[in-house]
Amino acid sequence: MAAVEGSGAGGTLFPGLADVSISQDIPVEGEITVPVGSHSPDEDYSTLDEPVRDTIMRDLKAVGKKFVHVMYPRKSSALLRDWDLWGPLVLCVSLALMLQGGSADSKDDGGPQFAEVFVIIWFGAVVITLNSKLLGGTISFFQSLCVLGYCVLPLTVAMLVCRLVLLAGAGTISFIIRLIVVVAMFGWSTLASTAFLADSQPPNRKALVVYPIFLFYFVISWMILTFTPQ
Amino acid sequence: MAAADDLKFQEFDDAANLLAANPDATTISIDEPVEIPKNQHSRQQEPGREEDDELLGTDDSDKTELLAGQKKSAPFWTFEYYQTFFDVDTYQVLDRIKGSVFPVPGKNFVRLYIRSNPDLYGPFWICATLVFTIAVSGNLSNFFIHLGKPTYHYVPEFRKVSIAATTIYAYAWLVPLALWGFLMWRNSKVMNIVSYSFLEIVCVYGYSLFIYIPTAILWIIPQKVVRWVLVVFSLCLSGSVLVMTFWPAVRDDNRRIALATVGTILLLHALLAVGCLAYFFDAPELDFPAPIIPAHNGTTVTTKSH
Repeated sequence: MAAVEGSGAGGTLFPGLADVSISQDIPVEGEITVPVGSHSPDEDYSTLDEPVRDTIMRDLKAVGKKFVHVMYPRKSSALLRDWDLWGPLVLCVSLALMLQGGSADSKDDGGPQFAEVFVIIWFGAVVITLNSKLLGGTISFFQSLCVLGYCVLPLTVAMLVCRLVLLAGAGTISFIIRLIVVVAMFGWSTLASTAFLADSQPPNRKALVVYPIFLFYFVISWMILTFTPQ
Repeated sequence: MAAADDLKFQEFDDAANLLAANPDATTISIDEPVEIPKNQHSRQQEPGREEDDELLGTDDSDKTELLAGQKKSAPFWTFEYYQTFFDVDTYQVLDRIKGSVFPVPGKNFVRLYIRSNPDLYGPFWICATLVFTIAVSGNLSNFFIHLGKPTYHYVPEFRKVSIAATTIYAYAWLVPLALWGFLMWRNSKVMNIVSYSFLEIVCVYGYSLFIYIPTAILWIIPQKVVRWVLVVFSLCLSGSVLVMTFWPAVRDDNRRIALATVGTILLLHALLAVGCLAYFFDAPELDFPAPIIPAHNGTTVTTKSH
């Protein structure tokens, strides 16, 4: 009876259990389909057949949408759900490139080299992610890397502004302008990343997770502020 | 009547079981005051007497061995094993920092604040903050000292960050390792009542470095006197935390070895402070008024010519 019920309901309610039978007399056949949680539109057609332009445009649009989410942080889960590391890579490379060309009497005294900026950003993001996971956070590893990387965007904008201001001159007024811009963007970065990451932490440890993020963006801001051209 | 007696006996049994089970339940939770009457009684004794502190250490060290065995039961290759080292809340970290900055005379930092729950969050992030604070403050102080000179061109001196990181992390991890090995070796020869695990020593060293963070910020002030006063002050505070922690552990040993151990701890701590001050912060220069010297020579020549 149970087997009959099983085979009768197998096609509709429990497709995965179609082959479960208590009685050994009744042969069982059918397809096993495991129901997938989210049915994303990618599964409707194969992405191998589409033109390359469509693939690239889709990824670019996703990256662009995330940039907009970072600049106007609201409680949307787009950053968290569909993580990607293209945006952080582009931001990190452009920031590291813009930090080149600083003045130095000897190699030891100058600003950070390209590799140093790269390592600081990625190693810092990994350490912060590990820290939040060890403290009991529920966010996944790559989601956290994605958020921390995307929230470097305001600081990259600040670096661009600083370089433009430095083209005009390197006096006290330009320093004050740079200071204000960098401080504002540092605050924006920290608030944006906290807005995305704070919800996934246990409530009595939020400050323990937010402080390393603050330190991370402070170090990047310091590198931007102390950039002196030749 | 027989049923009532049975019921009464069962209630008593249940109450006894609950009382026996309760201490286990409360002691697993992290910062609750322990409900065992024996421990409460010993905590209410005067903290100034060293024998009581030692007894407190005895009770706690027995229990801490048990608790340590209970808590860290996950194998070391799983993520949960490392999560046990980050099992602290915000207020606990703040309490530990406060205990390292305001040492209470006679109270042991490890027994009072860590209580068999050493964490790696404090040591790691305090060291990271200290590295960047020293590098940034050193850079700022050099900038202010050399500001007026026409030949000075500001450089960010980014290489010093990696040097600072190597120094401070080496100090915060290798010195506790050496100290722990030394204490284990002495423990095998002389039976010490108080003994610490490696993580507890790392914890004490990590939290004792916290006082150097505001000190490094204040070192920006380009006055030699101010800087050295700060060095002595911070050394006294964090050194006293270390001494009060490790003195009970070596007290029962040979007098000379105990004094040598505590002396070495303090010496290394002082070396770190003075070394950071000397390397990352340029000396503030003093100006001598120049014209006095040629005039003095002139008057000497004229008098001699007579």
